[in-house]
Amino acid sequence: MSGNQQSARDAVLGRIRASLGRGTTDAATAAALDTRINTRPGHTRPAQCGEFVDLFKQRFEARGGTVTRIASREDFPRAVADLLGTLGLPPRIVVGGALAGIVWPQGIEHEVRRAEKTDLVSVSACQLAIAETGSLMFCAGPESPTTHNFVPDYQIVLLDAGTMVCHLEDAWEVLRARGGMPRAVNLVSGPSRTGDIEQTIQLGAHGPRRVFVMVYGTPAA
Amino acid sequence: MRMESPRFKEAAVEGLNNKHLRMALARSREGFIGGRQRAIDLVPEFERLREEARSIKNHVLDNLDHYLERYEAAVTAAGGHVHWARDAAEARQIVLDICRRVGARTITKGKSMVSEEIGLNPALIEAGYEVVETDLGEYIIQLANEPPSHVVGPALHKTREQVSELFAEHHQRPLKTGIPELVAEAREMLREKFFRADVGITGGNFLIAETGTSVIVTNEGNGDLSQTLPRVHIVTSGIERVLPNLDDLSVLLRVLARSATGQDTETYTTLSTGPRRPGDPDGPEEYHVVLVDNGRSQMLGGRFREMLRCIRCGACLNHCPVYGSIGGHAYGWVYPGPMGSVLTPLMQGLDNAYDLPNACTLNGRCGSVCPVKIPLPEMLRELRHLQHRNRLGPRLQYRALGLWRWVALRPGLYQFGNRLAARMLAWMGGKRRRIGSLPIANGWTAMRDLPAPEGQTFIEQWQAQRGKQS
Repeated sequence: MSGNQQSARDAVLGRIRASLGRGTTDAATAAALDTRINTRPGHTRPAQCGEFVDLFKQRFEARGGTVTRIASREDFPRAVADLLGTLGLPPRIVVGGALAGIVWPQGIEHEVRRAEKTDLVSVSACQLAIAETGSLMFCAGPESPTTHNFVPDYQIVLLDAGTMVCHLEDAWEVLRARGGMPRAVNLVSGPSRTGDIEQTIQLGAHGPRRVFVMVYGTPAA
Repeated sequence: MRMESPRFKEAAVEGLNNKHLRMALARSREGFIGGRQRAIDLVPEFERLREEARSIKNHVLDNLDHYLERYEAAVTAAGGHVHWARDAAEARQIVLDICRRVGARTITKGKSMVSEEIGLNPALIEAGYEVVETDLGEYIIQLANEPPSHVVGPALHKTREQVSELFAEHHQRPLKTGIPELVAEAREMLREKFFRADVGITGGNFLIAETGTSVIVTNEGNGDLSQTLPRVHIVTSGIERVLPNLDDLSVLLRVLARSATGQDTETYTTLSTGPRRPGDPDGPEEYHVVLVDNGRSQMLGGRFREMLRCIRCGACLNHCPVYGSIGGHAYGWVYPGPMGSVLTPLMQGLDNAYDLPNACTLNGRCGSVCPVKIPLPEMLRELRHLQHRNRLGPRLQYRALGLWRWVALRPGLYQFGNRLAARMLAWMGGKRRRIGSLPIANGWTAMRDLPAPEGQTFIEQWQAQRGKQS
């Protein structure tokens, strides 16, 4: 930190303390505040989520996303191939590292990497899904590159219903248990949208025009 | 940006006479107010969430220094850099220095009210950088060279025809008229910029002390493209945006989305913690946060501390009858409506924004919809007191008030004057009992008639009636 930066920092903190009418916080207060940072304050959460998959589907589809059931993880590659056919898209996908082991049907060109400007379809697995808001959670890294969520026109996501949680707070607990924050955590709750011209909702403003979630398995009790 | 609040009155009249603007405002009012109501009706706990959001923010403000220090330490531990800016000029300089050091040419920007507040774009453009706003609304007003007219929908004053013409002029493409075609054209244009950018600048809706994380919420995904693709990500955020931990964030997210756009969540909520890590296939190599004070630490000390709870949702704008009639540009700076009428005088000087706190009917709707329960009407009234005490109003107003006080302290004279006025107004009203033009208050009667009184004052009638009833 440069000298000027140090003095700006001191000045801002000094003015804050002057406005609060006190000096630096004493050791006991500081310890109490640190405890506050590291405890769960138990704030109000909206009522229970009922059946996770149903609520998730309802919320996610209300924002223009698509949620379908597949019988098992083994059915995923076929389902992706069929979807590309239905949409009339070229059989070319960019795949997240978490799905590197998948054997794709004949004729599907696939590469495990981040998404680039010319990629039309990304296929990755999310970390979990949140029923309360109808959101998918992606943790940045080779397993699910951030670019998959924002660059291609179409995003196809594999969701294990066993990872679903009810509230945002439950998702944060998973992150904490994982050993801290990934570089980026993306909560994705539908396709990219804008209402900036005459408040008319239009999908595909910048990111994916459509997001397809394929769910397998059953939620944990 | 230029501060034009002193010409509020002329600008308000221009707004009132702008047919396009009035149509746009009517449309947006319906969308925002109805959407918010429908969204909160689905959550019986909403009032409790508001109360909790308020108390979380109050707790943070009481201990702001500590939480900022902890936040800074956590950002540093994650490999990011925190910069402190006393004022707008210092904040601009920090961003300029980073851009120069990394040899930037193109800069993409996600929506950030703080960056508008510190006048970042003009400074970057003057220094020779290509600066591209990527939120569709911000992009539209950048092409039009206008400030935002709303904190959430910066271009909501523009009609589709106006956007068509702007795009045709700037993109050198055939004129498009449909909204899907216009959005598609903007997408195509901006895509090139995202991939060419060296630096991406976003705001920070919230900063988390627990983890050293900055949070943005968007619906377009433009903020994410701005911060994921370039080599360097810079966050500009006010010092009041810090929260203790992720659980506190949940509460604020729940009230923000419903209050701002009437959704249970925005489409994208992104939590960023430091730069790209070993093995990461994407993300910026450098991550910087500029913490902007710019008057906030002063606000913390006085009667306006509660204003620092503001999360920039725009609900007070959407529910304000004055904003809804004149639009955001009349307010003359970056923050319009009720929240802007408090912030602008505090940040730009009481005398530079005299009309703003006075352009309010004190109907109280802004305060009743605020997700963090800021007593906006009380603050506007308090600002009027301050203006009055500092003798900032028109001289005629003080003379008139002084005269009124002198008379009001003499009840006999006061009642005599009242009787005289009542009779005169009744006479002026004639058979129609309406007055079409008042000599010293023709501003009031220019648009409507004044109903004429009955000819007797309240006290006269009271004295006559009381005897009959007892």
